[in-house]
Amino acid sequence: MPVRLAMLALFRHPARTLLALLGIAVSAALLLDMVMLASGMRENFKGFLMLRGYQLRVAPKGTLPFDSDATIDSAAALVAAISRLQGVTAVSPILGAQVQTTTTGDSTVTAFTLGIVPDVQGDYEMVRGQDLTDSSSVVANERWLAVTRHTLGDTVTLAVGFDPQLRTVTGERRFVVRGVARFHYIAATQPTLGMRLPVLQQMGGAERRDRASLIMVKAADDSMAEAVRTRIAGLSGRISAISLEGATEAVEQRLGYFKQLALVLGSISLGVGVLLVTTLITIGVNERAGEIAVMRAIGVAKGSIVGQVVMEGIVLTGVGALSGIGIGLVTAQWLEKILSDFPGLPTTFRFFVFQPRDAGLALSLLAAAGFLAGIYPAWRAASLPIAGTLRREAVA
Amino acid sequence: MNAIVEARGLARDYSMGSGAVHALRGVSFDVQRGEFVAIVGPSGCGKSTLLNLLGAVDAPDAGSLTIAGERIDRLNDRDATAFRLRRIGFVFQRFYLMPALSAAENVELPMAEARVTREERRARVQDLLGYVGLAARAGHRPSQLSGGEQQRVAIARALANRPALLLADEPTGELDAATGLEMIDLFRRLNADGTTIVVVTHDAQMAAAASRRIQMRDGAIVGGDAA
Repeated sequence: MPVRLAMLALFRHPARTLLALLGIAVSAALLLDMVMLASGMRENFKGFLMLRGYQLRVAPKGTLPFDSDATIDSAAALVAAISRLQGVTAVSPILGAQVQTTTTGDSTVTAFTLGIVPDVQGDYEMVRGQDLTDSSSVVANERWLAVTRHTLGDTVTLAVGFDPQLRTVTGERRFVVRGVARFHYIAATQPTLGMRLPVLQQMGGAERRDRASLIMVKAADDSMAEAVRTRIAGLSGRISAISLEGATEAVEQRLGYFKQLALVLGSISLGVGVLLVTTLITIGVNERAGEIAVMRAIGVAKGSIVGQVVMEGIVLTGVGALSGIGIGLVTAQWLEKILSDFPGLPTTFRFFVFQPRDAGLALSLLAAAGFLAGIYPAWRAASLPIAGTLRREAVA
Repeated sequence: MNAIVEARGLARDYSMGSGAVHALRGVSFDVQRGEFVAIVGPSGCGKSTLLNLLGAVDAPDAGSLTIAGERIDRLNDRDATAFRLRRIGFVFQRFYLMPALSAAENVELPMAEARVTREERRARVQDLLGYVGLAARAGHRPSQLSGGEQQRVAIARALANRPALLLADEPTGELDAATGLEMIDLFRRLNADGTTIVVVTHDAQMAAAASRRIQMRDGAIVGGDAA
């Protein structure tokens, strides 16, 4: 009976209830988005790092991958040593450098260039054309082709180590653009090239000879990753071996303001939802004061009245929250588009990742909010003085 | 006959502004099982206050009140609620049916609260609505019923849990004369069938239909058959 009475009470003013449901749905949508943002980034980042199954990153001591211009020396020996470690199945060294190229209009474009080992690289996937077939091949992203106005098959001159004062370079060679690639960890707006690691090391002169900016390591399985990380760390004092968790934590610290923002906005939306439901149900209780007093007079217990009013809050919040999930998913896509235009973000990175767990968390929070929202009006309803309320009703 | 209501020295004061209103001043009387008692008197004489005490929706400031062998003047809220549910039937001047529920659901409400089984509730609802002549209107909402019909539903609701005492506050106050007479007949029939009734009324015909009248003025019993 309390459930039926709660439903009937809500349907008594359909327009008002519908507006409240819309308000709660918007509140729920915002809450879901914020939960998706808060937990999605972490989950997404893990998936992002694991795109090619490399669980570990080795960077110069005290830095994060590509966090600075620092590089690892004696890279070949280190790669060989890591390869020999128990549990290691693949090792992929990478060197980053700024590379200048001349456009068809004779202007110069600086591209970020990755020197990789094609057989084990985990940095890009081919979009069209061929991968690095030989030492004179490069792959480029769409952005580089657009700004240089080159096309597949063009022969281009690339230079490394350009000194603007002396107008000199440390290395210059001609390459053929063999393919177009999508680089996972680099923003789509950044002109980017990929070439074989030894070629880039050689062009970089003494400063880059036998160096790597980053070494990615694949363990036989995820459970062995931590043991492998410890073994790598023991190889040299000049390197940091970073696990998936370590990298995620480091990035989370840097993107902590996103989480704080999500927490604040989520709390606000939850608070707005609670206030909305509390207000609506309090109004309803005040309107039905006479009925409630009569119910009490004929022997309906306070607990039943409380149950009915709290049920109103839960039903209102529950229905509103379910509607809000759809709105939340749509707005998440829209917000994702806005955030993905943020300069410097890798193309594959996503801020909002829907997980049933998130929806469950948002729904649970809202159900709790609905329960809380019903408590005050329920307390009011249960505390109505029976005789006094009936007398006032009779006079009214 | 034995007393179902034993009121002794009931007093009830209300604070109003800076002073106090003495709504009841030492009221004592008995109601015997099977009686039909009308409490009469001018407005503000304390009739409704007395009815509220009898119905355990209010508590006296002084005196003792025993109904169906149970002292109810010092009950806590939970016990008073349980007492009202199982021992008292209330009929109000303005019917006070739940507007969103059908006639049958209104009658069923106190039984649902008393945890009566669904089958038993349904059977009793049919019996009660049949008794008050509204079996055919069971599915109607209060807004679809006339004043007299609403009051009949309210009486059926009051009888739902087989109360020891039926209390009615101006039950004909909102009805036209002809419907009021029908209601008086219904109360007579109820009493003839064994229901103990205490009714507060300004209606002379209703008072005349009662087996005994208690006359009140200024919070005290001033006439009738008061003990």
